[in-house]
Amino acid sequence: MSSKVKTAEKTSFLSAIIRKQIFIPIAALIILAVFNFIVDPSFFKITLGHNNDGNPIFSGNLISIIDYGSELAILAIGMTLVTASSRGQDISVGAAIAISGSVILRVLCGTNSRPETLQAPIIVAFLVSCLVAMAFGAFNGALVSVFKIQPMVATLILFTAGRSIAAWINNNELPVVNDKTFLSFGTVFPGIPVQTPVFIAIVCFIVIWLVMKFTNLRLYVQSVGINEKTSRLNGLNPALIKFITYVILGLCVAVVGFIKVARIGTINYSVVAKDIEMDAILAVALGGNSLGGGKFNITASVLGAYVIQFLTTTLYKLQVQSDALPAYKAVVVIVLVILSAPIVREKIAAVFRKLRTPEKAGSNT
Amino acid sequence: MKMKKILAMAASTILCGAMFAGCGETSGSSNKADTTDAPKATSADTAKTDDKKSDGLIKVGIINNDPNESGYRTANVNDLKATFTKENGFDASFTYSLKNEEQINAAQKFIQDEVDYLLLSAADTAGWDSVLKDAQAAGVRVILFDRTIDADESLYEASIVSDMDKEGEKAVDWLKSQDLKAYDIIHLQGVMGSAAQKGRSGALDKTAKELGWNIVTQQTAEWNAEKAQQIVQSAIDANKKFNVIYAENDDMAMGAVAALDRANISHGVDKDVVVIGFDCNKWALEELKKGNWNYDGQCNPFQSSYIKDIIDKLERGETLPEKTIIMDEKGFDAKTITDADVEQYGI
Repeated sequence: MSSKVKTAEKTSFLSAIIRKQIFIPIAALIILAVFNFIVDPSFFKITLGHNNDGNPIFSGNLISIIDYGSELAILAIGMTLVTASSRGQDISVGAAIAISGSVILRVLCGTNSRPETLQAPIIVAFLVSCLVAMAFGAFNGALVSVFKIQPMVATLILFTAGRSIAAWINNNELPVVNDKTFLSFGTVFPGIPVQTPVFIAIVCFIVIWLVMKFTNLRLYVQSVGINEKTSRLNGLNPALIKFITYVILGLCVAVVGFIKVARIGTINYSVVAKDIEMDAILAVALGGNSLGGGKFNITASVLGAYVIQFLTTTLYKLQVQSDALPAYKAVVVIVLVILSAPIVREKIAAVFRKLRTPEKAGSNT
Repeated sequence: MKMKKILAMAASTILCGAMFAGCGETSGSSNKADTTDAPKATSADTAKTDDKKSDGLIKVGIINNDPNESGYRTANVNDLKATFTKENGFDASFTYSLKNEEQINAAQKFIQDEVDYLLLSAADTAGWDSVLKDAQAAGVRVILFDRTIDADESLYEASIVSDMDKEGEKAVDWLKSQDLKAYDIIHLQGVMGSAAQKGRSGALDKTAKELGWNIVTQQTAEWNAEKAQQIVQSAIDANKKFNVIYAENDDMAMGAVAALDRANISHGVDKDVVVIGFDCNKWALEELKKGNWNYDGQCNPFQSSYIKDIIDKLERGETLPEKTIIMDEKGFDAKTITDADVEQYGI
């Protein structure tokens, strides 16, 4: 930062905020909230009701956003790390979610697709799916870090084959789990009115926050993303760091797969988490992270994920015509992405500076 | 450090190996789903059965889409396999592809192998003229099933098509017959523009306009259960009154039901909300049997009996009354469905 920027920061608080990476997703959230408030204030109404089993449950648009946004938010964590370290994105996460979900169903149901009781404890199913998803993450990671294939090309393999593999794991059948405890992971546990996926997402945030706080992962990932050669000269192993980020993404995928299965007790391999990879990448971009790697801000990505879910819920609420829905979404996304571009933000900051400084800045210049 | 590198290399090689082994098994277990295997497999099949031609087996070459494409296709493939067996007097070879040019190559291969009948569910409507002319010249009779193509009628013997409109109409007629006091409908659409979506939406739109049914929400959930859940949740959050859910496939109906369960809204036979799904997945028919849903419509994947019928007629030298045969579409009411139906028609 030049000294000129520094003085500007002092003179204009606003322009400083605009410069902050986290500003864009927060601003987007505020704009969406204000928009909804103007259109219909009842958007924010939250009611406490009961579900069919008589358990208390909160419902309302805001609850829907934090509930259904959980998966994307968890994925955004892993996608941010992968983007930062390998300067590319993993486009196979949707297919990998299908695989990990399929593994969970397979372990829980065994060979019988309509089990009366679960064939294995839920935790075992989850751990097995974690291992499988991390193995696929490791496969992608190995292609990217060891064989130096571009991330999008490397993950294209799993993107293409993943859903077939998912179908193959269960012999192309669709097992259905009716176990109440398992389904509670996708809705609510008795006595706790907030949806379980929200808690799962919070646990993920805490875990990644602890990892960032107590390990050097952030520093290592950033330095590998910024300059691989220099980090090697400084004693880091770039291949290993990249590999680790892909394995972490694999873990995120397993958690998401678990939530997806628990929501309705089964998944459809061909459509589950369809296009979620694009939303995850978008979340990273909306968070103001460079898709070219380097510095990153996970909190911003996570907020970006909730922006996307906020937008989706808003569009459902407004009952936009089906065939026009993607167009509306595209327009909003284009506006957000343009606003988050550094050049535009610099311009906006400059405008604010001009507005604020004429009287004060007169003595400065 | 070096050790680590070697270990990493070894680990990744094993992983790669595992991946490819996995892929190999996939294609194996799904019966030559992988089209690159298909020509090899077919030639092996025909070599094996060449000497059996004298047994009077009818040689058929079947070109279909990938069975992994959907539950519908899996059922369709299994149905064909169950009918065209040696016991029934057929010597059948199968190839699967979602790509038109690969299908055309497979067709040429079948013509060279001198099959008696070529059964075709084309991936794309265009580009079939020349290969069908070759077939005609070689005396191979072509029967289209499931999908039509842009070719002259003289080039094929018969075409068996699904009637997407009729399927929607049947469901809507059923809904009409329920004589509900009011019709407040949440309409969950499939991927916009697909044939199934058009047929299923068209029927509802038309009747809703005629009879003044109130469509509360009309949204596309893109065949996706979770999107359907969110759409219905959003309608509930907005305090909308509704008593019918018309979901254009079973997955979306399931998602909708999940949202209803959350909000403590009863659904199914003689309950507050009528649930309609499509496709007749086995699990969906089970829900129907339990009375949690009300109706499930189907785009009939069981075409083999129609095809067999045609082949039998042609073998006896009869002429077919008409070239285009429209299949009867099915639909099940929760009140009348039997266990046998679930077993037989569930896909």
